[in-house]
Amino acid sequence: MSEKIFVKGNEAVAMAAIEAGVRCYFGYPITPQSDIPEYLSRELPKTGGTFIQVESEIGAINMVLGASAAGVRAMTSSSGPGISLKQEGISYMAGSELPGVIVDIMRQGPGLGGIDASQADYFQATRGGGHGGYRIIVLAPDSVQEMYDLTMLAFDLSDIYRMPAMVLADSVIGQMKESIVANSRPETPLPVKDWAVRGRAEGADQNVVKSLKLGDGEMEAFHWAMHARYQELADKESRWEEYQTADAEMIVTAFGSTARIARTAIEGARAEGMKVGLLRPITLFPFPKQAYTALSARCKRFLDIELSTGQMIDDVRLSVARDTDVAFYGRPPGAGSLPTPEELLEQIRKIY
Amino acid sequence: MKQVFTRTPSLKDVQTHFCPGCHHGGIHRLVAEALDEFGLRERTIGCASVGCSVFLYGYFDVDVVESPHGRAPAVATGVKRARPDRIVFTYQGDGDLAAIGTSEIIHAANRGEDITVIFVNNTTYGMTGGQMAPTTMPGQKTSTSPLGRSIKNDGAPFKMAELLSNLDGVTFSARVALNNPRNVLQAKKLIKTAFQYQVEGKGFSFIEALAACPTNWGMQPLSANERIGSEMIPYFPLGICKNTHNL
Repeated sequence: MSEKIFVKGNEAVAMAAIEAGVRCYFGYPITPQSDIPEYLSRELPKTGGTFIQVESEIGAINMVLGASAAGVRAMTSSSGPGISLKQEGISYMAGSELPGVIVDIMRQGPGLGGIDASQADYFQATRGGGHGGYRIIVLAPDSVQEMYDLTMLAFDLSDIYRMPAMVLADSVIGQMKESIVANSRPETPLPVKDWAVRGRAEGADQNVVKSLKLGDGEMEAFHWAMHARYQELADKESRWEEYQTADAEMIVTAFGSTARIARTAIEGARAEGMKVGLLRPITLFPFPKQAYTALSARCKRFLDIELSTGQMIDDVRLSVARDTDVAFYGRPPGAGSLPTPEELLEQIRKIY
Repeated sequence: MKQVFTRTPSLKDVQTHFCPGCHHGGIHRLVAEALDEFGLRERTIGCASVGCSVFLYGYFDVDVVESPHGRAPAVATGVKRARPDRIVFTYQGDGDLAAIGTSEIIHAANRGEDITVIFVNNTTYGMTGGQMAPTTMPGQKTSTSPLGRSIKNDGAPFKMAELLSNLDGVTFSARVALNNPRNVLQAKKLIKTAFQYQVEGKGFSFIEALAACPTNWGMQPLSANERIGSEMIPYFPLGICKNTHNL
């Protein structure tokens, strides 16, 4: 299919989930992501799938756990306060090595916060979020097209690496409309889910999906195995975009909605003769360390921009060459805090 | 010589970790017999909970998903919606189902999920060492109600079999006990009925089983068993609370 359609970011997520073969969606209304359950309540049953508006985010993620344990593609979506409630279930899914897709359309916090764009849940998403020491795959779209494409990728990576995957966007990306091509599901080779609970008829051995590991050395071995899997993810699945970096003397780095604004600012800087490029991580976990290492080998000025007081900057500083200057410009979330391209251009001028 | 008593195939040939006089083993046996008498073992998925019942997968020879504390009805919902042709049951204690998991059980029941819930009420948290449960009886001393449960401070014990029978989605709800042979036979019959509801696709079925916890009650197994008849059954009456289709 190459025909262009004009849809909202949240709708693109829902369309991509159906194209990716999601069988179960469980969710709870919260702004600014409610277009996702609304779309799926209408469209998913038409494909034979299940939609349940659940009593709570806790119930919803545990239904995802159950459906995923039974071997089907399952997902949920929410925003800040709801994502916090889901952390219990996400931790159990990580401990049980279960796939499943969680969409987080970030809003302000802490607490009830507000519904404007925020990137202040970067730590919550990329550090696992729940208890026990685990990571999940985190993908950060910066356009409606990527909302579509990365949602399908989230399902594939989640199945391949047997861990939850999150699509992390904000209200700017979730609520805006753009024209996209609704690509067909990629023909990615996927592992057979021979671990799923299906009833013994389909396999002689008992299948048990659990996170309790009491055997001598069992939990330690699990943690090292997951550690190795995270490393494999970093090696094989790190994704990023570079824009105007070939001759750049300064690198702006930002993800999601902020990267869109930064791109316009960089065009302004180029028009003024400043050689500025953009490094946009697409996978936040795994963090594309290799891109930062390579660029910082020759370019020693970085400017990290986030809609927070600085979270991704920790990963940036851990990834660049030691003699790199990393400056920061942050706009913590809130009504009126979204920076204009002109404001970002001013920051570029200061540092260049 | 004719063998008159054998292990039922849905139970593994292993020793349980349950304390002497605990009724979990007996309840496991009755559930497994019900599965085997309907020939369900090969299409059953169990949802274990947190507490003494967490080791369900170690004793039942069926596929099992372990659920976070209290969330088994939500996990079972996910399993059943993903595989509607399977038999799905949860097995939960009183702290799990009637305290931290109240939201999940009420809403799964209200949706009329086509699952069977086995609820073991021993009036205490067993695994964590005998703390006050939502079903701890008025005046009962536990490690967190050292002066006895106070209705004024803690509220009255939940009567889950009655409470759930008020929801339209629940088609079968009953309370059973295993404190004497007559009650064991009645428990067996009602547990079978609960699974029959699911086999026939007739909605949410619920069994509350009164159980002894001698270790945490600080009692000998025999006197703990007697407590069920003398104290628990008068407060938690046995029998069918709801049987919509008269199965």
